[in-house]
Amino acid sequence: MKFVLRGHEPRWLAPVAVLVAVLVTLALTAVPIRLAGAAPLAAYERYLVTPLTSTHGLHEVLLTATPLLFTGIAVAIAFRAGYWNIGAEGQFLLGAIGTTWVGTTFTDLPAPVALPLGFLAGAAGGLLWAVVPAWLKRRAGIDEVVTTLLLNPVALLVVQGLLNGPWRNSSSGFTDSDRLGSGFDLPALIPDSRVHWGFGVAVVVIVVTGVVLARTATGVRIKAAGQAPRAAEFSGVDVGRLQWRCALVSGAIAGLGGASQVMGVQHQLTAGISDGYGYTGVIVATLGGLSAIGVVLVALLLGDISVGAQNVSLVLQVPAQLGAMFSALLLLAVLSAMSWRRYRLQWRPRPRSGGSR
Amino acid sequence: MSINLLALIGAMLTIATPLVWAGIGELITERSGVLNLSIEGTMYLGAFIGFLAAARSGSPWVGLLAAVVSGVVAGALMAFFVVTLGLNQHVSGLGLTLLLIAICEFTFRLLYAGDRPTLDDKFTVLFRGTEVLAQHWLTYVGFLVLAPVTWWVLRSTGLGMRLHAVGESFEAADVAGISVTATRYVALMVGSALMAIGGAFLTLAVLGSFTLDIVSGRGWVCIALVIFARWRVWPAVLGALIFAGMDALQLQLAITSAFDAVPGELMLALPYLAVIAALAIGGRTVRYPGSYLKAYRRA
Repeated sequence: MKFVLRGHEPRWLAPVAVLVAVLVTLALTAVPIRLAGAAPLAAYERYLVTPLTSTHGLHEVLLTATPLLFTGIAVAIAFRAGYWNIGAEGQFLLGAIGTTWVGTTFTDLPAPVALPLGFLAGAAGGLLWAVVPAWLKRRAGIDEVVTTLLLNPVALLVVQGLLNGPWRNSSSGFTDSDRLGSGFDLPALIPDSRVHWGFGVAVVVIVVTGVVLARTATGVRIKAAGQAPRAAEFSGVDVGRLQWRCALVSGAIAGLGGASQVMGVQHQLTAGISDGYGYTGVIVATLGGLSAIGVVLVALLLGDISVGAQNVSLVLQVPAQLGAMFSALLLLAVLSAMSWRRYRLQWRPRPRSGGSR
Repeated sequence: MSINLLALIGAMLTIATPLVWAGIGELITERSGVLNLSIEGTMYLGAFIGFLAAARSGSPWVGLLAAVVSGVVAGALMAFFVVTLGLNQHVSGLGLTLLLIAICEFTFRLLYAGDRPTLDDKFTVLFRGTEVLAQHWLTYVGFLVLAPVTWWVLRSTGLGMRLHAVGESFEAADVAGISVTATRYVALMVGSALMAIGGAFLTLAVLGSFTLDIVSGRGWVCIALVIFARWRVWPAVLGALIFAGMDALQLQLAITSAFDAVPGELMLALPYLAVIAALAIGGRTVRYPGSYLKAYRRA
């Protein structure tokens, strides 16, 4: 029995692989659920189904998915072009800083001016954080994985430095920034819910990205640059320039995510403004197959699980980290299952005909 | 402004210890051509499992042993993903980090539900009463045994040569009869065990307890150090000392509040910025291992 490369991949294989991965993930998460003294089936229902059965639950899912939509599509754009941007976390934080800066400086602006300015400042912050690694990659061919990754802790230190120093809350003295001007509060997208217009902006960004990636020549070039850079270069695509642009767009979108979280949820800068959204964005983009629709589905799924996991922790006393465990397991299981697709099991090795291979 | 230089050096050596252990671990795995982004999670795992085993058994030695075993398991898992399955190294490493941290936090919440447990018995410092030499034995072993032995093994033994061959050109290594798979598995398992020791040092020696922010980015510091050192042992140790020195200085300045002009965060950010600057200045001349980030498949 051995594995051999497949020549042809049947159509049913990818969905089956994903299904197997989901089942494996559910089976593996049953272990910690049991350890916590709960019944796995009841817990699955709570963290997958319950949030979707009430209006309030659905709203919370949309709210939780919002930052993941931004970071997920940001990472997806870069990965598609073959630019491994691991720095969405830092770009998200810089976006939050940019928005907080305009929001606490120009406190009297009315909403029609303030909101676009807030988003613009967020995008600029994210872009700024993406420029250095992208430029080093373009000018000197320096590997972007390490540079984008290392700027994440630097961004967090910048946030902490600002909150410990110049941006310390002027009335309470806590390490949170002052509140943004009221013009910077994103209005509710759905009345009487916490779902804010950041979700709407995320959807617009994703639809535009999806159309560009799937329906335009630029989209084709990006895909070519990512999958076969040499062939793309040979057929006249400037891969370096394309990756540079995708890297900047990716950073700007991650920055928009930070802006949305500040103006829509926290209304101030806090050290915990990003709950690892940039890192989770890598999961969202990868599981979503680097496509716009995939990013939406996975972000909603992870939002659902995250809201459900809160619920499970309250009702069944299973710690809420179950959600994070589930999403990381799902990522590794799906990637593993997909890698088997290229192989098939050969039960009886063919008799060798002379040569060693 | 008075800075106690001896106390500063003492603190520097303690702070550098986990970076030396985990950094050398990362260096070994990267020498085989695998960028191991699961380092942050593996250090966290070592810190947690070490603490848990020590708390249950009452002995920090049992804790350390358990941490080593957990590191070997994490390394084998990483190897399964990137060597056996040939998955993308950075995505699986990041995924494993997120998974390991989630598992540890889950278990910690489950077992201790919010309170802050401490160990009855943790490692004590040797030469108590002196300012510089009052260090844990893991510090002495890290600097005086681990670093020179790793340097010697990588440089002068068949094992080191094999690692080098696989890291630089796995096709050539394979043709020469070296198993790429076995070499990378061993490198990842040994390297991850060292990372776990680095994490366990924090709980078993320094803190004597476990907190959710125990590792707080030290794994990423190690990645920076290894590349800054261009995959060489002594520059990595030196880098760890420089980083730790700045951290120690920052802590002492914060206590004496001699001057507030330089925020501590800036000093903590310097090692990351230094690596990026070094890469920028070195540019194309930075020689990554030849098979960096690549999975090996026989054609």
